[in-house]
Amino acid sequence: MTVGLTHYLVLAAALFLVGMAGVLIRRNSLIMFMSIEIMLSAANLVFAAYSRLHGDLAGHVFVLMVFAVAAAEAAIGLAILVEIYRLRRSVNVDDLNTLME
Amino acid sequence: MESHVLDTSLRWIVLVPLLGAALNGLLLRRMPRRAAGLLACAAAGASFLLSVAAVVRLAGLEPHHRLLADSLGTWLDVAGVRVELGFAMDQLSAVMALVVTGVGFLIHVYSLGYMAHDPGFNRFFTYLNLFIFAMMMLVLGENLVMLFVGWEGVGLCSYLLISFWFNEEANAAAGKKAFIVNRVGDFGFLLGMFVLGAALLPHLGGGEGVFSFRTIAAHTHDLAPWATAIGLLMFLGATGKSAQIPLYIWLPDAMAGPTPVSALIHAATMVTAGVYMIARMNMVYVLSPAAMTVVAVTGAATALFAATIALTQNDIKKVLAYSTVSQLGYMMLACGVGAFAAGIFHVMTHAFFKALLFLGAGSVIHAMSGEQDLRLMGGLRRKLPVTWPTFLIGTVALAGVFPFAGFFSKDEILWKAFSDGNLGLWLVGFLGAGLTAFYMMRLVVLAFFGNNRASEAVRHHVHESPATMTAPLAILAVLSVAGGWLGWPHFLGGSNRFEQWLAPVFEHEAVEPVGAVHGAATHAAASTEWLLAAASLSLALLGLYAGYRAYAGRATLAAKLHAFAGGKPHRLLLNKYYVDEGYEASLVRPGYALSDRVLFRAVDTGLIDGLLVNGSALLVSITSALLRLFQNGKLRFYAYVFALGAAAFVLYLALTI
Repeated sequence: MTVGLTHYLVLAAALFLVGMAGVLIRRNSLIMFMSIEIMLSAANLVFAAYSRLHGDLAGHVFVLMVFAVAAAEAAIGLAILVEIYRLRRSVNVDDLNTLME
Repeated sequence: MESHVLDTSLRWIVLVPLLGAALNGLLLRRMPRRAAGLLACAAAGASFLLSVAAVVRLAGLEPHHRLLADSLGTWLDVAGVRVELGFAMDQLSAVMALVVTGVGFLIHVYSLGYMAHDPGFNRFFTYLNLFIFAMMMLVLGENLVMLFVGWEGVGLCSYLLISFWFNEEANAAAGKKAFIVNRVGDFGFLLGMFVLGAALLPHLGGGEGVFSFRTIAAHTHDLAPWATAIGLLMFLGATGKSAQIPLYIWLPDAMAGPTPVSALIHAATMVTAGVYMIARMNMVYVLSPAAMTVVAVTGAATALFAATIALTQNDIKKVLAYSTVSQLGYMMLACGVGAFAAGIFHVMTHAFFKALLFLGAGSVIHAMSGEQDLRLMGGLRRKLPVTWPTFLIGTVALAGVFPFAGFFSKDEILWKAFSDGNLGLWLVGFLGAGLTAFYMMRLVVLAFFGNNRASEAVRHHVHESPATMTAPLAILAVLSVAGGWLGWPHFLGGSNRFEQWLAPVFEHEAVEPVGAVHGAATHAAASTEWLLAAASLSLALLGLYAGYRAYAGRATLAAKLHAFAGGKPHRLLLNKYYVDEGYEASLVRPGYALSDRVLFRAVDTGLIDGLLVNGSALLVSITSALLRLFQNGKLRFYAYVFALGAAAFVLYLALTI
């Protein structure tokens, strides 16, 4: 059995759904953050798969771009989370509703 | 088309007073009083001298080519409507220009003395100069639009000067009344202009300004079907400006202004603008017998009506004001029977003696420390050695005694009304003339004869006015005597030079059959004219005598007259036929009610504030209350919505591709 494009895409979809479920269900913002990273990885996998299929390196370049952005985002996002925890003693997103009004 | 002579001095006749007004107005506070007064007088005087020079040049031309023209360029040229910023002087404008600037200058000089102690001295002279500017624009305007600009300009100045002492509510109210009543007339004037423009535009050749008087004169045959409409609408304007029934009510109230203003604007010049306008538009009026009849009947009715009110008024200026309304009625009557020259003649003589009477009244008021009630005057004959004889001259001139100015012009009007075949109009005018003599003598007796009835303090203070005030009185007195001699009639061996001078302007009337009959029947007419003149002269003398007998001494006859029929007629006249009250009940109060209930409460409060302003705010707040439900602060809710949206988008793509 050879591993084809379909396998990659199914795996990516599964990863994406896992990530999305994490964002939608969990209340711990740290976990939600990690779930977002999983969704990004799913997107990266699709990029890489198509890049291979078309023999075009542009997809790989995009993956590297996403890595860089994800790294920056993680750095800032975690810093924000740490600050929120210091202020609120909680990282539960349901407690973070002061911008409602 | 008539030829005309270019004369650039015309613009300066108009613009010099404007310059004076601008200088005085802009430097209002910094200008020393003496300089402001002299500047204003100099501007009015310069305008007068320029007018005299222009009239001399005009007189040097052939009678049928007497037209000076000047233009500052084209004002409008839109869709075939061309309006020149043009000035023109023909025989009619010449008479008006001389009267306006001449009497205007004298009243400027008089005001130097009369207003000397007034804190608004500079402002007063600014307005006076502005008035001369607007009036000259009206008189010298080459087309109806220019005339209308002047017409509105004098209305503005009238408003500003009536409410000159605006600290008192009554004065401000009188100014507003004048302005609003005139607005009704101006509405008719504008409509008349629109009809005229619409009727003329399809018939115009190239280069003709549609509202130019020369164009109108050249196209009378195109205007014939519209002449009645135009004539009546424009006459509505004239009833406003020239205080005719039904719009005369503002003029008596206008006496709230300073007395020189009453003399200049509300007696001698502005109020005759309506007569001037009708005379100017004579080529249209002669096309419509209906419009002419309306003018004549309104004029005659006003003449008698206002004269009866003047019989009983106790305010010295109110008597003169109603007298002015009455005399304006005579001028309208003249225009209405086609005797435009006689009407303008009366405009001129009236300007002389009525300005004289008003200025004399001003001198009396000045002497009486501001008192205007005739019942508190008396005995001023000995105290005011210049005012008294000049006032008497004005009185007999107004009463129409030979050989004073009023005799010639009033008799001319009555004769023209009679020879026009209109016995009723003549009789009304004739009776009015008798009443005129009576009420003027009553005024003279109450003010100048008997003992002074004022308080001790006022009586002690009575003094003759300064020379700046008495000199204009003297000059006007001379004019009130001699001014009428210009129109010395044929039946007294004269040649009526005044009518001859104006004849080319009014030659449209020569086409009328009246002129032809008049020419054939000159001989027979002369004896009738003699008879009528003798009748009106004796009526005037009788009126003067009756007025003297009724009010001189212990005034027993007057008391009987007042008590006649239970005092009811006297009360009716004293209250001016309750016309103001009638307007109040029929127009003003319903107007207020409409404004309050419909316009204010329903439209403004209900519709605009309620529905449009608060309604749109309410709509925004309801919508945002709904939208706010989505902003609940729950991050996972946002994420769900976001995911659903993304899923829906993907589904959409999947289904459409």
